Amino acid sequence: MNAKDIIKNGLIKENPTWVLILGMCPTLATTTSAVNGLSMGLATTFVLLMSNIVISLLKSVIPDKVRIPAFIVIIASFVTVVEMVMKAYLPGLYDSLGLFISLIVVNCIVLGRAEAFASKNGVGHSALDGLFMGLGFTWALTLLGIVRELLGTGCFFGHSLIGGADGMLMMILPPGGFLALGFLMALINKIRRRNVKNS
Amino acid sequence: MAKKAQSTLVNMLLSLTAIALVAAAILAALNAVTQEPIAAAQKAKVENAISAVLPAFAKLDDQEVDGKTCHVAYDEQGNMVGAAIEAGNDKGFGGHLQLMVGFDADGLVTGYQILETHETPGLGAKADAWFQKDGKGSVIGRKPAEGDLTVKKDGGDVDAITGSTITSRAFLSIVNDAAKTFSNITR
Repeated sequence: MNAKDIIKNGLIKENPTWVLILGMCPTLATTTSAVNGLSMGLATTFVLLMSNIVISLLKSVIPDKVRIPAFIVIIASFVTVVEMVMKAYLPGLYDSLGLFISLIVVNCIVLGRAEAFASKNGVGHSALDGLFMGLGFTWALTLLGIVRELLGTGCFFGHSLIGGADGMLMMILPPGGFLALGFLMALINKIRRRNVKNS
Repeated sequence: MAKKAQSTLVNMLLSLTAIALVAAAILAALNAVTQEPIAAAQKAKVENAISAVLPAFAKLDDQEVDGKTCHVAYDEQGNMVGAAIEAGNDKGFGGHLQLMVGFDADGLVTGYQILETHETPGLGAKADAWFQKDGKGSVIGRKPAEGDLTVKKDGGDVDAITGSTITSRAFLSIVNDAAKTFSNITR
């Protein structure tokens, strides 16, 4: 497996949100605005990158039978790091993401990449995999946030485009999350399949 | 590939203990570093909220009244000019709603800031602007002590946030509650 494949896998071919459909809880809950989606994506990217690196480094000293608890301790530590740093230096953002930061621990993408990739591959490739899986998650969340914010409130990254008028509030609420996710997933997978056929 | 550690009891204990110890050490160190900025950020938030809800004042004096923290403001001569009261309840649509409500010396609402909210974005979360001076349901200049503020649906005269009657009710009940506390402040 070469670097180019790893990058393509994370961003498109095995995109965590559109293709693997992992980590749906934060995906639906935090994408009420584009900024929230982007921040949640970047926080998860940091955790993915760091945990993939450390787990790949430690893979030969962690016995198989206790690998899951060991991975979880490592992942939880990095999540706590993100949480404390965000609370200290970005309190406004912490207020809007709040609980979902701690829930990165149980995001199945993070443990999934640790188990499926980092525990079997070298440090360089694992870091690349973590980074691009994270960025794949980030662009998916940001796109979902943009669509929901635009339809729901008429704003783009907090800047009102339609001036004064209310959007379709449903798009900000959970049903809108499911709808936007479903339609975007269908659209993106259609484009993806067409490209696969062509090549 | 490097030889994999076997799953013997000793290996399992050693590796897990070592990982947990290192993780604990790193987090303890980071906690020491971030403790101060976190406390400072929280203090700044409260201080910003106080100056946003109160008219100009020279000095503050904190009091605990009815279990709420009240920041009583005085002018240069030591006359009370108002108070900012931290109040909240769990009647919000998304859970706890915490406000800083400012009153002038006569008990008129001078302003409010939201300290903690879990209301729905686009609906209840609009409370941050809705009840302000230029908002559609302004409570600024009202005197809750002369009669509780309620939404129109409940027979009152405050416009509720469209689609968010529950948030509006919670908000007004907190303001009313803070007004009761205001009357118990020692001046």
